[in-house]
Amino acid sequence: MTTNATDATQNLPSSHFYVREHHPEQGTLLGFWLYLMSDCLLFAALFATYALLSHSYAGGPSGADIFDLPLVALNTGFLLVSSITFGFAMLQMQLKRVNGTLLWLGITGLLGAAFIGLELYEFSHLLGEGFGPQRSAFLTAFFALVGTHGLHVSFGIIWIIVIMVQVKRFGLTTDNSRRLMCLSMFWHFLDVVWIGVFTFVYLMGVLQ
Amino acid sequence: MQDKTDLTSLIFGRLSLESIPYHEPILVVTFIIAALAGAAVFGFITYKGFWGALWRDWITSIDHKKIGIMYIIMAFIMLLRGFSDALMMRAQQAMAFGGSEGFLPPEHYDQLFTVHGVIMIFFVAMPMIVGIMNFVVPLQLGTRDVAFPFLNNFSFWMTAAGAGLVMVSLFVGEFGKTGWLAFPPLSGIEGSPGVGVDYYIWSLQIAGVGTLLSGVNFMVTIIKNRAPGMTLMRMPIFTWTALCTNILIVVSFPVLTVVLAMLSMDRMLGTHFFTNDMGGNMMMYVNLIWIWGHPEVYILILPAFGVFSEVVATFSGKRLFGYSSMVYATIVITVLSYLVWLHHFFTMGAGASVNAFFGITTMIISIPTGAKLFNWLFTMYRGRIRFELPMMWTVSFMVTFTLGGMTGVLLAVPPADFVLHNSLFLIAHFHNVIIGGVLFGMFAAINYWFPKAFGYKLDDYWGKWSFWLWTVGFYAAFMPLYVLGLMGVTRRMNHFDDGSLQIWFVIAAIGALLILGGIIASIIQFVVSYRRRDELRDHTGDVWNGRTLEWSTSSPPPQYNFAFTPVVYDNDSWTDMKKHGYERPREGFVPIHMPKNTAAGFVLAMIAAACGFGLIWHMWLLVGASFIGLIGGIIIHTFNYNRDYHIPAEDVTRIENERSQQLDRYA
Repeated sequence: MTTNATDATQNLPSSHFYVREHHPEQGTLLGFWLYLMSDCLLFAALFATYALLSHSYAGGPSGADIFDLPLVALNTGFLLVSSITFGFAMLQMQLKRVNGTLLWLGITGLLGAAFIGLELYEFSHLLGEGFGPQRSAFLTAFFALVGTHGLHVSFGIIWIIVIMVQVKRFGLTTDNSRRLMCLSMFWHFLDVVWIGVFTFVYLMGVLQ
Repeated sequence: MQDKTDLTSLIFGRLSLESIPYHEPILVVTFIIAALAGAAVFGFITYKGFWGALWRDWITSIDHKKIGIMYIIMAFIMLLRGFSDALMMRAQQAMAFGGSEGFLPPEHYDQLFTVHGVIMIFFVAMPMIVGIMNFVVPLQLGTRDVAFPFLNNFSFWMTAAGAGLVMVSLFVGEFGKTGWLAFPPLSGIEGSPGVGVDYYIWSLQIAGVGTLLSGVNFMVTIIKNRAPGMTLMRMPIFTWTALCTNILIVVSFPVLTVVLAMLSMDRMLGTHFFTNDMGGNMMMYVNLIWIWGHPEVYILILPAFGVFSEVVATFSGKRLFGYSSMVYATIVITVLSYLVWLHHFFTMGAGASVNAFFGITTMIISIPTGAKLFNWLFTMYRGRIRFELPMMWTVSFMVTFTLGGMTGVLLAVPPADFVLHNSLFLIAHFHNVIIGGVLFGMFAAINYWFPKAFGYKLDDYWGKWSFWLWTVGFYAAFMPLYVLGLMGVTRRMNHFDDGSLQIWFVIAAIGALLILGGIIASIIQFVVSYRRRDELRDHTGDVWNGRTLEWSTSSPPPQYNFAFTPVVYDNDSWTDMKKHGYERPREGFVPIHMPKNTAAGFVLAMIAAACGFGLIWHMWLLVGASFIGLIGGIIIHTFNYNRDYHIPAEDVTRIENERSQQLDRYA
């Protein structure tokens, strides 16, 4: 029996062992997702730092003294709505509508810019009062965490502008659609991180 | 007048003629030698007219095989630098007793041990393993390139840019004097006001971006680009270890990026992450950097384990014993490596329970590692073993690494660590596992895959000289350090008072000289092999009777690796194919879709290096310009949609026919 089985396998044609045309699956979305997970760890380290240093006031102000909650709530609103508008842009992309995609992308970018504008206003206000990152370890950690998020959003806005130009010039090609999907993941990811920032830094900071 | 000074500082920052160490004879001589060697290489390339070929075929190449080779060449160059530092340290410690001061003043000695550690870990061991992974993984997977070929080229040049900054620090300014992990407050602006720590920070940041991107790249490659039929549990073990290593890279390098960014903010902007005052917490730095640093150790050793698994199976002529236990052991090590970082600083004072937890997790890691060792032994058991060079390195590794592993378990016991912490015992331990594990692994890998990369075997005679000199030299250099460590001698000293210790340092210095012999022998090995290449030529593509897919293609492989994609039915698929009388197809070739070369990776990395140099010296004009250039360059690159082409079927047919004729001629 065994010999027969071996004989049978030994007579396999060589073509059993290869395929003429084989294209590996596209890996960009997975790759970008993995990059986002590494970014997530970057934020995790910043959150951990903030958790450790959030009570090291060094005689300076605490979160309850300096956070302007209504302003931050408005800002949170901008960012959350921008996630929805990005969703609309992606729906338009699915329908292959260039102008609709561009419109919603533009709105998303403007909401992002409004978010950054308010954040810069908040930062400059704090700096003006003498509560810069050099004042205490708490403020160092605060500026590092919120600032890194703001930096990400700023790069997101630049990316939105670039991709709008590319969609306008080259249309919703396969390449551009894939890039839009990556950007969409990036934008929603920043939203999720912001929810963490809003909860752990601002809401819990004001509670203390 | 005021305006003029402002402009000068805007352009030159802290850099002035004083920063060039022309008053240090050792550095001047080194510079002259380096400049002469550089000029010689430059002249040779110009004389031969190689610049065009170098640019087209190598610098802008996105072929994973060429990038892998470039990584390894870079690692060798950096090894020479890192090893000269080691020789100088050994010489200093063998001389500087009692009245003798030795030849290195403390500030120079401190730079030496810092730069030695940084170079050996980041710019020798890392490029070595990334290079081997680059060359081997796509071939083992049966695919034509990595998932993101352009990113691969960019990663390499970012690593090279980081290495370049470290080299520049030798002649312009200084390097850190803080030890290879630059703990604050010593590395803070008050402890280290110079540019040394800034060189450290920015060279690692730039190289770190490259490493992180290649981690993502390889994970996607291994998950998405496997040949049809190759399930995860049919993957060659080296590829498995590569997957786990890249997972570790992706989850640990962001932490390094953050912690170095924080340190640089403390230094540049006056923030208080790790300062003594205003609420800063320097132990947070130590925790964070070791949360990266411990997985890093396993990033280095796992691929070496993978190499040994391939070598043992091939040279024993048997399937690897316990394939699935090997896979699970690798995964367990991957997970556990994230739960042990605190064993690097038991003396922090975290308390008995915390220390006990981390001591126990550390000891648990030795279980999967031990399982691997037994698997290799059982693979050899009743195998038909051929003691070729890769196998010799493997056997030497098994003995040496076991020793290093056992001293590691000793150090994992917190009370013992309180005694041995910061002593030469620790130095001996980690050199024991890194040289005996990672480096021996890389030598095994180079001897094993060299014929695949270049089409001829490496010379045996000089390879054996290199092997014996390294092995004996390692024991002579590091066993004395174990003894000294047990006697309580601490690390990083450039002078000793107790003359009775000197003999041990002299033995260690002799060991270092033997290792020098090993390095010279391996350089001779390359030269001799190149000159004897026609005798050593491999015509079959399967020089060792290999078991995995990389041996099914020609040596060196064509640009597209496989004319047709292999189909996998079993582990050790090439053995499976040979057993079933596989014959390679000789006709019916089709055009092959390949990515195009691009200069973007090289250009962007060079701009990043300029930006890093500006940040080190506070040249804000250069920083601004290069940062804008970097962002702009990336945006311009995204406008290039035309990134691939087809190799025409005629070209494929021509290349494959040449191989058919060669195979027929030597059959």
